Amino acid sequence: MPTAPQALFTARALTKTYRMGEVEVQALRGVDLDVYPGEFIVLLGASGSGKSTLLNILGGLDTPTSGEVHFHDHNLTAADERALTRYRREHVGFVFQFYNLIPSLTARENVALVTDIADRPMAPEEALAWVGLTDRMDHFPSQLSGGEQQRIAIARAVAKRPQVLLCDEPTGALDYETGKLVLEVLARINAEFGTTAIVITHNAAIAGMAHRVWRLANGRIAGVEKNERRLSPAELSW
Amino acid sequence: MKSLDRKLVRDLWSLKAQVLSIALVIACGIGGFIASFSTHESLLQSRDTYYDTARFPHVFADVKRAPRTLLGQIAAIPGVSEVALRVVRDVQLDVEGVAQPMVARMIGFNPEKPQAMNRATLRSGRWPSPGARGEVVVNQRFAEVRGLRIGSTIHVLLNGRREALSIVGTALTPEYIYPTRGGLLPDDEWFAVLWMDENRLAAAYNMEGAFTSALLRIEHASGPQAVIAALDRVLEPYGTRGAYGRAEQVSNKIVSQEIEQQRITGTVLPSVFLLVAAFILNVVLHRQVNAQRLEIAALKALGYDDAAIAGHYLKFTAVIAALGVGIGILLGIWLGRQMTALYADFFHFPEFHYVLSAWVVGAGSAVAMAAAFGGTLAAIRGVIRLRAAEALRPAAPALFRPLLLERLGGARLLRLLTPGQRMILRNLERQWLRATLAVAGIAGAIAIVIAGTFWRDAVGYFIDVQFHAAQPGDVQLGFVEPVSGSAQYEVARLPGVQEAELARTIGARIRAGHRSYQTVVTGLADGARLQRIVGRGAGGELHEATPIPGALLLTARLARRLGVAPGDTVWVELMDGQRIGSVNARALTVGAVIDELAGMNVWMRMSELNALAGEGPLASSAALRVDAAAEPELLQRLKEMPGVATVIIKRTLLDTFRKTTARNLLFFTAILTAFAATIAAGVVYNNARIQLAERAWELASLRVLGFTRGEVSVLLLGELAIEIAAAVPIGCLFGFGLASLMVSLMHGENFEIPAVILPATYLYAAATAIAAGIISGLLVRHRIDHLDLVAVLKTRE
Repeated sequence: MPTAPQALFTARALTKTYRMGEVEVQALRGVDLDVYPGEFIVLLGASGSGKSTLLNILGGLDTPTSGEVHFHDHNLTAADERALTRYRREHVGFVFQFYNLIPSLTARENVALVTDIADRPMAPEEALAWVGLTDRMDHFPSQLSGGEQQRIAIARAVAKRPQVLLCDEPTGALDYETGKLVLEVLARINAEFGTTAIVITHNAAIAGMAHRVWRLANGRIAGVEKNERRLSPAELSW
Repeated sequence: MKSLDRKLVRDLWSLKAQVLSIALVIACGIGGFIASFSTHESLLQSRDTYYDTARFPHVFADVKRAPRTLLGQIAAIPGVSEVALRVVRDVQLDVEGVAQPMVARMIGFNPEKPQAMNRATLRSGRWPSPGARGEVVVNQRFAEVRGLRIGSTIHVLLNGRREALSIVGTALTPEYIYPTRGGLLPDDEWFAVLWMDENRLAAAYNMEGAFTSALLRIEHASGPQAVIAALDRVLEPYGTRGAYGRAEQVSNKIVSQEIEQQRITGTVLPSVFLLVAAFILNVVLHRQVNAQRLEIAALKALGYDDAAIAGHYLKFTAVIAALGVGIGILLGIWLGRQMTALYADFFHFPEFHYVLSAWVVGAGSAVAMAAAFGGTLAAIRGVIRLRAAEALRPAAPALFRPLLLERLGGARLLRLLTPGQRMILRNLERQWLRATLAVAGIAGAIAIVIAGTFWRDAVGYFIDVQFHAAQPGDVQLGFVEPVSGSAQYEVARLPGVQEAELARTIGARIRAGHRSYQTVVTGLADGARLQRIVGRGAGGELHEATPIPGALLLTARLARRLGVAPGDTVWVELMDGQRIGSVNARALTVGAVIDELAGMNVWMRMSELNALAGEGPLASSAALRVDAAAEPELLQRLKEMPGVATVIIKRTLLDTFRKTTARNLLFFTAILTAFAATIAAGVVYNNARIQLAERAWELASLRVLGFTRGEVSVLLLGELAIEIAAAVPIGCLFGFGLASLMVSLMHGENFEIPAVILPATYLYAAATAIAAGIISGLLVRHRIDHLDLVAVLKTRE
């Protein structure tokens, strides 16, 4: 096997074809990649380039049409629905563009929702302290700003100490300042916990904070760039 | 408008399961309504047509023996249009193969003259030939249950002489649509009506030139009261038991009560169904409007006016309601036919047509449509109020607050709950109105099952009280003429008799001021054990009373009817014995009243009643406790005793009753359970679907975060489980209320069935709702399993 033994994700010849009514959509046309522990990866690409499909497959929300994808020694290609649920539950933290908080639960309870089903989670309070929201713990989502909601979503994602954090347009619904604040939290988690982070974005400026940047086009990885010097979120501007 | 209609069709199609479940709830309401009312109309019409064609009398009177020469005097009573006099006698009947002695009511008629009134309809064979010995026509019902055919021979004790009678025909009569001698229970297996040449019957009883029964038809304009009073005056010297109108005629009374019950079930239960249907429709439409905010805004922006958009949603409602009404009409007609057929079998009207008038269908549909439109009105107002720009903005994020319990300081208690459990509780509290309505809907369904099935319990209780507690004996004998007190020893020596007790009953009219009531005074032996006076206390508990020396004990119902209380005086006018008629009326004190379930009874000590009648120690009936093993021998002996007019075996009487009612009850129970399950499922399923639609995004997010299908299902279905759990006790309470309401509406004049409901009935009703909930839950669970996880990452709530 040519794969490096320490890789977190290994994907080979991934393809994904959707049927949308009469039309076949080839979302991925043969993707090979390796992701190493502790990496911060930014996935750039236009709409329809296949970046969301790739993230969904890595996150265990979808399975490839052909090819292989492994997380450590878990073969995600062959996993059934139950195994994928367990995989998401144990290893993956998700951050969504629209936060996807439960409106009927407070910030603390939203985090506790996940820590309740995790193996060795941090306390919800600790996770919220990490994102700087200790004083907003007992607020409901409707009482919080977008940036605050996204930071709670991040706290919820990291509280179970996942090995990988998958973020789909985490700043897409936020303004400039708030967006940077959220990126800072992500960078800090990546640095201090060593959590691998894969971030999807339209925003090319964010690429500066990544270890590696993949550009997707037309269902293929069109290019991989390695940042010799990573920028801190504060240094980014768009 | 065309494309808007296309949208309507697609919306309906995409919600087809919900549309169907609501339509079915409406259909149940309409179906029950139409079935009940059409059965009611069919019964009324069949009865009235029958009474008209058979020329059923308006006034009836029985006398011991009166001369036929009174005919002119009776016919001269103002208001009387026709009079018929006849001889009627109850005799012991013996049918081969039947151990138990039975009773035949022998009715004399003139075979050479067509019956002017109270015409019996010949169903098979012919009428007896004039003068032919031993030919009779038997009522069809008895012939059927006893398997008698033309040519069969039966035996009767005619004035003490055993005579063989040959059956030459079968007939129906309006007088015995419900064949009973006067009891509350049908005894068509043990009671026959026989028509015989009146000359032969009169000869057997030395009744030539005399009559025992007078039938009168009166002119339309005059009420029967004046005729009854005048007839009583004419017949008084001849030992009349008092004339009475149709309203008091036993068969007619029971038939009319049954028909009335039909009407009550037809109004109470369908109303509940329709209410629930209106509620579901309301919720669904609200949801539909909320889900289509953007589309409504777009329509408005495109220039559709409020009326067009409101019309669109009204059509949505109208289609569902029309579907429900259509199914309901078909269901109602089917059910009405089934019910009518059941009653046809029960009553034996000669002709029984199923009648469905337009007004029943029209009223049912109108009520359903009104309920449906009423339910959607609020939602439609919301659509019209929506401004285009406002609607185009995404709906504001759901506002949640800490639970009331938390705000009241119960936060520590709530910390024991998982976040999932808190989600469930907060959702319930936030959507409290919807939750309340859901609970009410499910509770309504439970109540319907209870109200439909509790009859079995109530009737069982009634039988327990009336036939086991009050009459612990096994056999009841009625004597042809009162016998002396020494008969007790004779009866006690009969085979198998373990205990025997005599009693005296005398027909009487009780007067209090201007009110009067005709009933029977019963004299019980001191220390009677086989005939007891059992009543209910304030809390419904049973207690026993004994006759009061020197005073009367009255059924509370009778006391109310007469407007008397303990301590008051009433006038007792006996119709049998040595001191009959109003001239011999005696004033007696009401010593106490007792709340008996049945009867309009007047109780006395037997010795005092005999003294009141101016007679020695006489008895007219006997109650026996019998060794079951010796019963056949006893019955054989009784058949040979000419002095015994009637033999009632409690066990067989109750068996017959149970057989008929069990079949009827089973049918109604099955129907009502199906209806209620439909309602419960309609409420639960729609509620679950709406919640699923509203929270799909939230639940899918949780699935992405690693929650299993089961865990996510618990969050959604947990709310439904709580709603069902809350609905069960409330539904049981509603059920009790509904049952009490129906019972109070159905009070017979001289009996009442208490709203007794056994735990098993409550359990059955709760189980129906829970089962409907589980099925709905499984259907919704299937949808939870197929939530689109990828979509939630990209879309906003």
